[in-house]
Amino acid sequence: MSVFSKAAVIGLALSTVGGLAQAKELVVYSSRQDHLIKPVFDLYQEKTGTEIKFITDSEAPLMARLKAEGANTPADLLITVDAGNLWQAEQQDLLREVKSDVIEANIPQQYRSADDKWTGLSLRARTIAYSTERVDPATLSTYEALADSEWQGRLCLRTAKKVYNQSLTATMIETLGAEPTAKVLQGWVDNLATPVFPDDTALLQSIAAGQCDVGIVNTYYFGRLEVANPEIPVALFWPNQKDRGVHVNISGAGVTRYAKHPEEAIAFLEWLTTEEAQRVFADVNQEFPANESIEPSQEVASWGDFKADTVNIEVAGRRQAEAIMMMDRVGWH
Amino acid sequence: MPHRSIADKRRWRLVAYSAAVLVLLPLLVLVLSWGSLDMAIWTHLLHTQMARLLSNTLILTLGVTTGVVLLGVSLAWLTSMCEFPGRRWLDWALMLPFAIPAYVLAFVMIGLLDFAGPLQTLLRGWLGSDFRMWSIRSTGGVILVLVLVFYPYVYMLARGAFLAQGRGLMDAARVLGHTPWQAFWRVALPMARPAIGAGAALAVMETLADFGAVSVFNYDTFTTAIYKTWYGFLSLQTATQLASLLLLFVLVALYAERRAQGSKRFPGADRPRQGALYRLSGIRAWLAFGFCLLVLGIAFIIPVLQLLYWLISSGKTDFDSRYWSIIRNTLLLGCVAALATVTVALLLVLARRLQPLRRVRSAVALANLGYALPGSVLAVGIMFAFSFADNQLLIPLRTWLGAENPAPWLLGSLFALLLAYLIRFMAVASGPLDTSLARIRPALPEAAHSLGHTGFSVLWRIYLPLLLPGILSAALLVFVDVLKEMPATLLMRPFGWDTLAVRIYGLTAEGDWPRAALPALSLVLAGLLPVIVLIRRSAQRPG
Repeated sequence: MSVFSKAAVIGLALSTVGGLAQAKELVVYSSRQDHLIKPVFDLYQEKTGTEIKFITDSEAPLMARLKAEGANTPADLLITVDAGNLWQAEQQDLLREVKSDVIEANIPQQYRSADDKWTGLSLRARTIAYSTERVDPATLSTYEALADSEWQGRLCLRTAKKVYNQSLTATMIETLGAEPTAKVLQGWVDNLATPVFPDDTALLQSIAAGQCDVGIVNTYYFGRLEVANPEIPVALFWPNQKDRGVHVNISGAGVTRYAKHPEEAIAFLEWLTTEEAQRVFADVNQEFPANESIEPSQEVASWGDFKADTVNIEVAGRRQAEAIMMMDRVGWH
Repeated sequence: MPHRSIADKRRWRLVAYSAAVLVLLPLLVLVLSWGSLDMAIWTHLLHTQMARLLSNTLILTLGVTTGVVLLGVSLAWLTSMCEFPGRRWLDWALMLPFAIPAYVLAFVMIGLLDFAGPLQTLLRGWLGSDFRMWSIRSTGGVILVLVLVFYPYVYMLARGAFLAQGRGLMDAARVLGHTPWQAFWRVALPMARPAIGAGAALAVMETLADFGAVSVFNYDTFTTAIYKTWYGFLSLQTATQLASLLLLFVLVALYAERRAQGSKRFPGADRPRQGALYRLSGIRAWLAFGFCLLVLGIAFIIPVLQLLYWLISSGKTDFDSRYWSIIRNTLLLGCVAALATVTVALLLVLARRLQPLRRVRSAVALANLGYALPGSVLAVGIMFAFSFADNQLLIPLRTWLGAENPAPWLLGSLFALLLAYLIRFMAVASGPLDTSLARIRPALPEAAHSLGHTGFSVLWRIYLPLLLPGILSAALLVFVDVLKEMPATLLMRPFGWDTLAVRIYGLTAEGDWPRAALPALSLVLAGLLPVIVLIRRSAQRPG
């Protein structure tokens, strides 16, 4: 046996011993960003002593990695943003069923997987933002109305590549039907004041600067700007209050199919739905807690109450490809 | 001594082939992806997207190539052949934009120049709210940004070539009655052409692989389509099929470049020129100074000031204890990756020099392909190769040895990440090494051979010392490129190995650009020192 192979065997043996000595730990793959999850992880570690190791990346690479690792994955939990992604993870059989009374009691059914494969943890509304200087909120009504000629050259949108817009389109196809939705999207594109933005923050700043008058954004982007500049001449409007309600998306998590620490992972997921965790999880990003018994932060609450779309959020995943193709066809890039 | 040289030859061939295989293994995944076609997605892409994507990509590539050649060659000519006020420091300062990642310059430029940015807001304040100017979020804008970040490739290589040209040739041209312009077009430029071509090729490959900057501009290219197919349609297979088409295109382009270049190689002058050839004076001197300063200002000074402004105005809340470990990780990865990549690249260029067979040349060319692949696609290929080895070999082996639930060993290891860097940046290291090697006249090693030195001894005593400047340039280039690398680092890093680029990703993914100023500025600072060393050193001894 050569020196090299001896060293290899010793190394393998050592790594095995090391594996046995490990204390309570959890491994998380997350597409929710570092600075939005670390505070919750720290809190849990402080409370229970469970060490949480994690990596962050976009959803698609994380899912590809989970799939490639298969039964040998070190990951116990997958945290993502957007229901469409969670649905995809479920379709690819990356998540396991978790029957939990705690989760069922804490999180409304429409924000959970029908097969108990994942649960929402925080909510974000994708709603209309308008210039308080140039728009009378009485002239606003629905998402669809933004396609009217009245808004010609006044609308701003974010890129269609962002999953939030794909999910919004998918739920519209589900409720309105394909034809009417395509018409609305075409109207939006025709009304654009400027090429679409890569992110909601730039969009909101352009409304404030006067490049456009209305746009569709996630609530927390507005919250972040409002904290930095309370005088910002932009406000949120809740559309479709007389029919289906505001489009709401989630960030959520599921226990992986081949989790190495399933009990710890389920315990952690349950804890994430409780008040202590929900407050931090939602508040760091100015989102709404998915647990409806918990009040949102003061800032978030100041935007007022609204009626949320009750369509099952899984639709976002089921109709994602259809939505993207439709957006491509109308020239929403 | 025929027996020895045959063994030598076989060894060099082996080196070339194994490096090619190393690079090709992950690329194999791309080829294997053609097993079946997702017709729905392909039909959709062909009918509604492809024409726009191809024309966008073509315009971008042509625009960036023209831009980097014009800017790189003119700046290199001014700083290496002329004398004017400020030339001494502009000479190295013009390399500084290389330390700025394309995605960072993209978000700084848009933050600065878009409608809601400070410049337009100021102008509207003066000229009325109806004032409109050219939009930075346009084809011209994205070309401008990529030219500003990629011109240093051409600048550095062209500058080295101009410096290495002896003064004698230009003098001869002048004696024969050429004006300085004619001498430039007929002598200096043709001789520098291989170096300029190599620089432009690097810029083109970076452009084709770029995802960060074009997404900030929402400018759709072939590469953004690859990502969209993967992230949106969640069809990794179709995405890899698209990626292999991109690779094919690069292959053809590289081949064409090589054919056009032919076998022209110009050994350097015996004694490199000392001092400037042309002393500019009066208005021409100041024009030269102004031009260099303008480029430096737009590509480096203003972006850094903007980042500083964001940093100061957003506070330094992110500077916690983890930050130091992030900087340490970034630097460590850069150093180790540079060392490994340059070693392998050196073996490859030597193999091609010592064994100039067609097969060896092709193997070496293939080994350089990784650079043109979008980082994520390459990372996925490596990820599949490693998880295959993990699942089929290592984990069964360790289970057999008694381990309980062994975790994957290769995937998520430092080794995997370093290999990804190696494959991706091989081409970057090859460029300077190649140019350095071409300047070693065949007569030198032949003389050593005739004096009885064997293969290794010639390598050690002749090639290595003469290649040293090229080795240094290659190492520094790879180091800076690894610092800036984002997609492969994201996917393959071990737990806890966050780098500055990963930090930037996390913050910009949420549109929080000002908050990304701290890691972005740290990244620029970390890349600054190597860049200065690089250019100052090559000024002393043309590499």
